Amino acid sequence: MESGQRKDDDGNIIPRSIINRFTADFKGQNVIDVTLEPAISTNPFFAFEAVVPESGEFTFTWYDDDGDVYDTSKKITVS
Amino acid sequence: MHLRQASQVRLLFASLTDDAIAAFTGGAELGSGAITLTAPEIAENGNTVPIGVDVPGATQITLFADGNPVPNVATFNFGPISASRSASTRIRLAATQNVVAVAKMEDGSFQMAKAKVKVTIGGCGG
Repeated sequence: MESGQRKDDDGNIIPRSIINRFTADFKGQNVIDVTLEPAISTNPFFAFEAVVPESGEFTFTWYDDDGDVYDTSKKITVS
Repeated sequence: MHLRQASQVRLLFASLTDDAIAAFTGGAELGSGAITLTAPEIAENGNTVPIGVDVPGATQITLFADGNPVPNVATFNFGPISASRSASTRIRLAATQNVVAVAKMEDGSFQMAKAKVKVTIGGCGG
């Protein structure tokens, strides 16, 4: 994480690098797509609800200002 | 800060928020009633203020904080398998101010709700 306010040793501004978007999908269908501004707290917390029609896998994706994309997934079984 | 300066700054922020809301709604009229905005009356720590919104029938909800240097906080877009048009998160508030939720409904209309949050310690460093 980088706030975009700091300067390096040569006085150049270090580019901002924070998460600006978060998405949650279930088997390719979107549940929620959140645009985050800097006013979101550190260590962001989100709560939301999804319809799970059958067993499958959730995919959670985070997009960083510097172009990095982080994702993780979690399986869910409907019995 | 001098009192007059403080009020000018607040006016400036308020108009920034109005501009941001207008940019989101395209200047459409704002209804009210369908939104439940959950915010604490007093937040001891402005760095992490829990906020919840619930708007049945919304496709998109945007949160604004009218006393922050940048009023936009977050936009929630609900997908086809979202179970309820509600979400909660934690936000930063620089000082005591209004948190505003604006929702775009399925019929294209807009709804707005406001909640005043008193902040004991601001969330902008320092």
